[in-house]
Amino acid sequence: MSQSVFEKMKEKDSDIPKSKILDALENQDLSIEFDDVLENEMVLNMGPQHPATHGVLRLLITLDGETIRRIVPDLGYLHRGYEKLAENMSYHEFIPHTDRLDYLQPIANNVAYALAVEKLIKLEVPERATYIRTICSELGRIQSHLIAYGTTTMDSGGLTPFLWCMREREKILDIYDMFVGVRFTTSYSRIGGVANDISDEALAAIRKFIDEFPGYLKEMRDIIERNKIFINRLEGIGYMSKEDIIDYGINGPILRAAGVASDLRRDEPYLVYDKMDFDVITATDSDCLARFWVRFQEMYESVKIIRQCLDNLPGGLVNALSPKKALPRKDKIYTKMEELIHDFMLVNFGQNPPVGESYSAIESSKGELGFYIISDGSGHPFRMKIRSPSFTNLQGIPVMLKDAFISDSVVIIGGLDPVMGEADK
Amino acid sequence: MDRLTLFQEKLKDFSVEFYDVNGTPGIITTPEKVLDVCNLLKNDADLSFEMCRDAVGVDRFQKKNRFEVIYSLYSLKFKDRLFVKVLLDTKNPETPTLTVIWTGTNWFEREAYDMFGIKFKDHPDLRRIYMPEEFEYHPLRKDFPLMGIPGSLYLPKK
Repeated sequence: MSQSVFEKMKEKDSDIPKSKILDALENQDLSIEFDDVLENEMVLNMGPQHPATHGVLRLLITLDGETIRRIVPDLGYLHRGYEKLAENMSYHEFIPHTDRLDYLQPIANNVAYALAVEKLIKLEVPERATYIRTICSELGRIQSHLIAYGTTTMDSGGLTPFLWCMREREKILDIYDMFVGVRFTTSYSRIGGVANDISDEALAAIRKFIDEFPGYLKEMRDIIERNKIFINRLEGIGYMSKEDIIDYGINGPILRAAGVASDLRRDEPYLVYDKMDFDVITATDSDCLARFWVRFQEMYESVKIIRQCLDNLPGGLVNALSPKKALPRKDKIYTKMEELIHDFMLVNFGQNPPVGESYSAIESSKGELGFYIISDGSGHPFRMKIRSPSFTNLQGIPVMLKDAFISDSVVIIGGLDPVMGEADK
Repeated sequence: MDRLTLFQEKLKDFSVEFYDVNGTPGIITTPEKVLDVCNLLKNDADLSFEMCRDAVGVDRFQKKNRFEVIYSLYSLKFKDRLFVKVLLDTKNPETPTLTVIWTGTNWFEREAYDMFGIKFKDHPDLRRIYMPEEFEYHPLRKDFPLMGIPGSLYLPKK
């Protein structure tokens, strides 16, 4: 009996047409294959607003798990067209814009620009002014290397040294306040000299600073020198071979960390560096740790140079006595007819350098900072090219980051020490 | 021997012209010869310019040879500089890329392309470097106005 009932039911079932969904479920292949998650490549967008990229650098990273396979840097988020602006203003008017190039050491950029223009217009600068400028460049180098020191330690996990380096940097800014008048965007160098003479009070403050600073440097060194976490984060990371670095045109501390003693202060002496006794610091490992220590040791050399400058600082004028080329002092403009005429002519028509081309470069804290100026004889440059070290150094990022871990990208960028204001111009 | 005389002797086969960059020597050459000249400058043991540190684009705004590219070379061995100026055509500014000789010229040439529209033949990655991809003009050309061209940059609506 039961059998017949089941047979009946079966017959009944076959009469009812199956729903489409049921049919699909029974007859079609619905198996899904899951790839191994770690074998997938993923594109990660890092920046432009990322605290580890030191500004507005954007990196497009192809990741394989945690390993970086390909990397494309994207620049231009801080592009302000300074080369175009320079073509439309007089040589003097451009000085404040150089502050905004490498904003970690504005005072050294002013010196670089003033030297470039003076080479073009063939202007001799009084000795006291060159000594003051040397002090300024070296203070700028310390100022910039302190940030490199602080950010590298912070990127690798230690916050205390960052606060210490900011404390020291604050003292330098206070010294600027004494003799420049402002703390940050200095615009201190003028074409033909410096804006105002350095006071005895400021000189005493600089001397006090360089006397105390090596002690603080030792403190900064002690906290990380034998720190296992710090060394493990940096050692062997971001390696780039010496041949590659030369091929990419990278210079500055990164080139010196690869074992090439190339320093424009010694190779093409400008200012008074030929009279100074200092060492060119090199390392051989060409990794982040080597770059870090090269920058750290250079601060000692800067202190050495500043001390020699202070000991040998001559007296005299700080501005060239060349009325057709250098601006007269403000108090004389208001009282003397001659100076008023020269000031009017310089401000309205400019220096009118001879027709030709000129290139001048200094060793800034990041590498060669140069200005290629083409003059057509008028009061503003026909073309001015800024050779910015950060731009060139950033080109090495794809090589250094290849096959590194994503967590190492932070210290590698920190080891390059780029400033986007300079790289993007 | 004086470095300038050495350059003149080494480069006499190429009949390049010399010019003065305020005390630093420079040579003027053409797109046809630039690869051979630069190969010699890098690989000759007496010249040994291992580094190319910059490339400067110039718009002279004249009828003949309006555009120029100036490569800034540096020799680590002799601590020496040389500028190589390439004169380019007005209508079709094109020159072979030097990335085959110095890899670092990649970004310098991209910058010159972005700012002047100078084309570099066989460049591996000739994209704009500063301006957005969809920007149509070349801002450092002398016929580009300082205040920009209205509507050339896409801005979000208020």
